[in-house]
Amino acid sequence: MKNASPRILALVLVFSAAIALRAQDIASFEKRITVKKLANGLTVVIMERPEAPVFSFYIHVDVGSAQEVPGITGLAHMFEHMAFKGTHEIGTRNWPAEKAALEKVETAYAAYLKEKLKEVGRDDKKVAQLEKAWQDAVTAADEFVIPNQFGEIVESQGGAGLNASTDRDETSYYYSFPQNRLELWAYLESERFLEPVMRQFYKERDVVFEERRMSVDSSPQGRLLEQFLGAAYIAHPYGRPVVGWPSDLRSFSATDAMNFFRKYYVPANMVVAVVGDVKASEALPIIERYFGRIPARPAPEPLRTAEPPQQALREVVIHDHSQPLYVEGYHRPDFRDPDDAVYDVLSDLLSKGRTSRLYRSLVRDKRIAIAAQGGSFPGNKYPSLFFFFAAPAQGHTAEEMAKPIHEEIEKLKTQDVSDEELQSIKTRAKADLIRGLGNDQGLAVQLGEYQALYGDWRELFRQIDEIDKVTKADIRRVANKTFREENRTVAKIETSETKGAPAKGEPR
Amino acid sequence: MNRLNSLLLALSFVLLNAAVAGSQSPAPAATATPSAPSAQRPSGGVATSWQQVPIPPLHAFKPQEPRRVQLENGMVIFLQEDHELPLIDGAIRIRGGSLDEPADKTGLVALYADVWRTGGTTSKTGDQLDDFLEAHAARIEAAESPDSTSLSWSALKENFDQVFPVVLDLLEHPEFRQDKLDLAKQQFSSLISRRNDDMDEITQRESTRLAYGANNPYARTPEYYTIAAVAREDLLQWHKRMVSPANMILGITGDFDSAAMEQRLRQAFAGLPRGEPLVPAKITFRDPSAGIYLVDKNDVNQSEISMVDLGIDRRNPDYYAVEVMNELFGGGFSSRLFVNIRTRQGLAYSVGGGVGTAFDHPGVTRFSMGTKSGSTAAGIEALRKEMDGLIHGAVKAEELKKAKDAILNSFIFEFDSKEKVLAERMRYEFYGYPPDFLERYRAGIEKVTTADVDRVARKYIHPEKMAVLVVGDAKDFDRNLSTFGKVTPIDISIPEKPGK
Repeated sequence: MKNASPRILALVLVFSAAIALRAQDIASFEKRITVKKLANGLTVVIMERPEAPVFSFYIHVDVGSAQEVPGITGLAHMFEHMAFKGTHEIGTRNWPAEKAALEKVETAYAAYLKEKLKEVGRDDKKVAQLEKAWQDAVTAADEFVIPNQFGEIVESQGGAGLNASTDRDETSYYYSFPQNRLELWAYLESERFLEPVMRQFYKERDVVFEERRMSVDSSPQGRLLEQFLGAAYIAHPYGRPVVGWPSDLRSFSATDAMNFFRKYYVPANMVVAVVGDVKASEALPIIERYFGRIPARPAPEPLRTAEPPQQALREVVIHDHSQPLYVEGYHRPDFRDPDDAVYDVLSDLLSKGRTSRLYRSLVRDKRIAIAAQGGSFPGNKYPSLFFFFAAPAQGHTAEEMAKPIHEEIEKLKTQDVSDEELQSIKTRAKADLIRGLGNDQGLAVQLGEYQALYGDWRELFRQIDEIDKVTKADIRRVANKTFREENRTVAKIETSETKGAPAKGEPR
Repeated sequence: MNRLNSLLLALSFVLLNAAVAGSQSPAPAATATPSAPSAQRPSGGVATSWQQVPIPPLHAFKPQEPRRVQLENGMVIFLQEDHELPLIDGAIRIRGGSLDEPADKTGLVALYADVWRTGGTTSKTGDQLDDFLEAHAARIEAAESPDSTSLSWSALKENFDQVFPVVLDLLEHPEFRQDKLDLAKQQFSSLISRRNDDMDEITQRESTRLAYGANNPYARTPEYYTIAAVAREDLLQWHKRMVSPANMILGITGDFDSAAMEQRLRQAFAGLPRGEPLVPAKITFRDPSAGIYLVDKNDVNQSEISMVDLGIDRRNPDYYAVEVMNELFGGGFSSRLFVNIRTRQGLAYSVGGGVGTAFDHPGVTRFSMGTKSGSTAAGIEALRKEMDGLIHGAVKAEELKKAKDAILNSFIFEFDSKEKVLAERMRYEFYGYPPDFLERYRAGIEKVTTADVDRVARKYIHPEKMAVLVVGDAKDFDRNLSTFGKVTPIDISIPEKPGK
């Protein structure tokens, strides 16, 4: 590069301009944001952004697949699906009759499952009879259902982007509405967590199983990730698939789902963020009236199991028809760790754009990969992994990815990053923050998420200060602390035309 | 804590397909018929039924229209001020895309777009541009589509004066350096080698080929040899031929003063010679060959089914009735396909579809679902049954109302940001649609009747004439697909040379 010095000068100027921006922004955000904790423990965040007569929301529930235990893996995600099934009022033709019918379904299912899972003395004829009795009870209960009425109301009232998602740390619900539907929204969203109904549970379980087939069993990447996390974690639930194990997806019941709901969907575990054409003075009383109805319950006990320190390198090799893929991961602490921002800087340094180290080494210069990245996965709340991922270029194996990745790691451990690189990362972090502030749904997600995780939405802006403080020495220290061979788990797909088809996740 | 850096994101980036997430199916976008409250609710209390909740009138809203300027040389510029954030973003869309590339060089325009940016300019290498842009947290990217290429940028306001000259430099003096073309060719070939790893990618590609015909420019795919055939000279020629004001539409949005920005853009572009307006490629469309098509894949436990046909273009007066039909039949959570196939039968996680519509050519009509290998035939039957029900039945007034409400009540989301309004106006300009097309759309939807929906269902949905693609593990199917008629196997192995 020619003319390095004028550029650095320009950079410093940009840098200070961005800081000024930030200060101005956080002040303007303070004026437009209202936070209130309701009497039942539920936290509400409202941001006034009257750009157009619409609003978006994000409900964050502090429960994910990490709260599951063997036998109910996949239940957090399953409940998320069930939250679209309606209430005592929505989705039913006759609630008292439906309620009685659903109770019969549960009794019949429990009898069937007990016989089916008997380890000694199972009577297959009895299993078949009990299965039929359960199916008959399901058919009887279906008589009372108005399918998908909840979604139908949201859609016909102008809801956009109706969706929800579940991961290891959290379950979230979101969509956008025209501004005049605020009270309707408060009614619908409070009602679904006040009195959810587990109608059509077992058909929805089939739907979720199809989701597993699509995202894991029939996908080389899905299979690789499941094996990778399974190998990296021997104790902590991050090692289990969010969508659940096939056996559990065939076993857990609507009763299990309601127990899970009662334990984790307590107001103290929920944050509701609303952003758009709303006035806090008008919206808050409405939200309080509706969401205040959810009874206070004790917050669930924190997770006890922690991943013990890894003792030795672990490796998984999948021989698959697919083209090769390579991933390796190292245990890292959770998001509360003082070094959290250092991992963010590492991730940017290794992965962001065409100047990133992995791109320049593996893709541009060595030409052995078509993509290479590093970052944190699979969660934030509990100790996670810092991963390195590469997709080999045509004619290269997954195995070939290890050496150049380890060379990059060695550089991080032994050589300081340049001033320019570090400055550039800090500038980008600020610009990326600004770019994320321009739409209601994105803001609702970020404010809700930061309020839930840190107890204060302002942390969204303070993260930038933390990144600013990261030094070259921090990067070397954290690299040396984290990237050790005995802390490494490797998973790869090597292409094989002849080896058998991969496991399909269900018996033939 | 940085949620963006997930492994899933990395994977999806590489393989150019959607990532895995535990989530429900998406709902369609679409707003303004308040439903009258059926009963009064005590003020200060809570409603006991959703129908009791009052819906006040929507706040008055007039979206801010961008300013349109046309230069003497034909170039059209849209300026949209937006002072919320200190950013200035924009894009230049240029006529001419993959439809206009020679078949034996399929992939040329994709390579062109890639190397346009990475290959740098006469005075700066692509790597130097990377360093400069990353240090300023700015982005400049080129992209291609069937009918156009684009050069877009995003910059902090403070850096616009440094970033915009780079955009102009790329526009006027691109270098298409050979080393970056070599790199791009290697990457594109690698992507071809990976194109059969993901079921969804296979299904999309092969069903589009069935709908349009394998040689139709909207369907053809790059091969090793068509990528190998592209030379640097092709990229230079393409640029020379296409990139001229007569073929360009620029849109800019952000924290600027329109009058001053207009002057600046005039200075930048008014001096460029007009160039030759592109004559659009003549493309003929014919119906797909009816039948069952099978991609037999033994490493999956789910089948993807995709039934395809030619759709319509949006100038067709039936467009509005088709939109309403699509909404009620295969659109959101309450559509027939979703309710009957997913919710009631539990046969699929992803299911949906509709008559395809596009601005200037027939879209692809596509009904698809994913179901376990053992219910593949049941899935085809379920899709056919729903289509038959739509064609031979009569849509109920209540069903029509819900679908129209869904589109009209969510209509506001088509223009709820200045950036969206700008993007819409640029699209209408590009395709020669009237600037008030959105308003016409709303009026068109409002007029649709049940009879219209019944009529367009019969006119555009023909199950017996559709090509039915199944991607799955045939040995595990519930029935041999030949029970549906002749099965044509599709060989997806990747050819090394032309003329397979």
